[in-house]
Amino acid sequence: MKNKIRIGCGAGFSGDRLEPAIILVEQGELDYLVLECLAERTIALAQKRKLQDSSRGYDILLERRIRSLLPALKKNKVRLITNMGAANPIAAAKKIIEIAKESDLEISVAAVTGDDVFDRIDPQQKALETNAALSSSGKLISANAYLGVDAILPALQTNADIIITGRVADPSLFLAPMVHEFSWSLDDYDLLGKGTVIGHLLECAGQITGGYFADPGKKDVPGMSQLGHPFADVFADGSAMISKIAGTGGVINLQTAKEQLLYEVVDPYEYYTPDVIADFTTVHLKETGKDSVAITGGSGKEKPSTFKVSVGYHAFYLGEGEISYAGSNAMGRAKLAGSIIGERLKEPFPDMQIDYIGSTSLHHTSLKDAPEPYEIRLRVAAKSDSFEKAAIVGDEVEALYTNGPAGGGGVRKYVNEVIGIVSTLIRKEEVRCSITLFQS
Amino acid sequence: MFNNIISVVKIKLYDIAHSRAGDKGNTLILSLIPYKEEDFPLLCQQVTVDKVKKHLKEIARGDIVRYELPAISSLLFVCQQALTGGVTTSLSLDTHGKSLSYALLEMEIEYTDSVDQKNI
Repeated sequence: MKNKIRIGCGAGFSGDRLEPAIILVEQGELDYLVLECLAERTIALAQKRKLQDSSRGYDILLERRIRSLLPALKKNKVRLITNMGAANPIAAAKKIIEIAKESDLEISVAAVTGDDVFDRIDPQQKALETNAALSSSGKLISANAYLGVDAILPALQTNADIIITGRVADPSLFLAPMVHEFSWSLDDYDLLGKGTVIGHLLECAGQITGGYFADPGKKDVPGMSQLGHPFADVFADGSAMISKIAGTGGVINLQTAKEQLLYEVVDPYEYYTPDVIADFTTVHLKETGKDSVAITGGSGKEKPSTFKVSVGYHAFYLGEGEISYAGSNAMGRAKLAGSIIGERLKEPFPDMQIDYIGSTSLHHTSLKDAPEPYEIRLRVAAKSDSFEKAAIVGDEVEALYTNGPAGGGGVRKYVNEVIGIVSTLIRKEEVRCSITLFQS
Repeated sequence: MFNNIISVVKIKLYDIAHSRAGDKGNTLILSLIPYKEEDFPLLCQQVTVDKVKKHLKEIARGDIVRYELPAISSLLFVCQQALTGGVTTSLSLDTHGKSLSYALLEMEIEYTDSVDQKNI
């Protein structure tokens, strides 16, 4: 049994940069690479692609990421764990095998399935957020349970080089190799809590290496155009050291680690995953060198007997239009434009929002006395039940060119289908996970 | 005879602390981390739930809970009904409320500066 493993995180969301993962695999002496690419809504969108074509429904960057990583993964014997399977882990595994065959690489891929519980969800079941029936939110598209380490472990016990999943709790992607390599018991909640903390620190990739952190003059980060992604040396006692590859951009220090430790944590005493309820309040962080932070502490208690299920539904079509004004009285002209739109669209679009970008669009107010900006951008957004009607919003903003205030320019208009997400719970016994192995 | 000059100045949280915003549904999560760990007691004393509620009144419509994390000298504010309906269905430009960390950092607090006259 090993006493230490090294896990890298090469992507923290579906649109993340490609090359930090390649650098990690080529130079990081990793045991495992994790790519976390599945946000709440991503899976509902993937489900829609799968309905149109049953050979699709996996992450849209899967092919590019795998193609760029496969040779180095194989050469350096790094195992990949990723949720890029999205709505279709089986199709994703087949695609990976196809790519491996093109390059004459011998690999084995394990697809983890069982998270898709759409056929076991009662539309009359209540949503946790609204306390109303799921179906009252809109037409349901997808329902995926957040699986934990026990779904991934059987795949790790095979010889699979790549483990591809759908919806799995993000920290579980990291906790699974720890449990596997250190033979941690699935009811040792203290160790599972510690491992979950490490997974949580790694799961957003660049967010612990200086990404989403920099503030020039206050929090300076060198080399952000070549930001390195993190890896952790995890020890069998549940402690870890987080670092990055020498020569890459970014920084890891107490500040970046603290920001990431608390990121998206609703209750630091009780951080729920399918594996454990982790306690973040006892975590200690220590800078141990340049770009190196040691993590100790953290604990946990028994996990819930249910899985959280994220349910995607068709919410509405979002129509948007934007136009800019600059120079003297820019704000006055933008506000006139806003009031014209308000008058014309108020009745057909009761759910409408008018923002002044450059002034109050982000915080809904201005929290300090700011001089009037030199330029201001009007943004109109409204909900609609059809694509065609939503398009009227942008068309009306565009019509301000010849019918609105002086000097308006730079119109852009958009229509997007909006997928909403609500949550519910499912008993663990109702979820059947399995793995399917593919060889090239 | 004075040995010390004590001056009370108003400063922005931005001057002494940093923050990252996160989201869960319609809940906004804001960390508040002092650059110097010795400023942690000051933040605990000055950045109360009531003051944050008042400061973010246009943003956070529901309850706010404050967690103290002395092990990492940081505070965490969990604000309900703060993301105009929630990430997935909000009409706002910044649906996640990612920019709201800098709304918290605009808050002003009183900072006591003790200057030893010998050093002047």
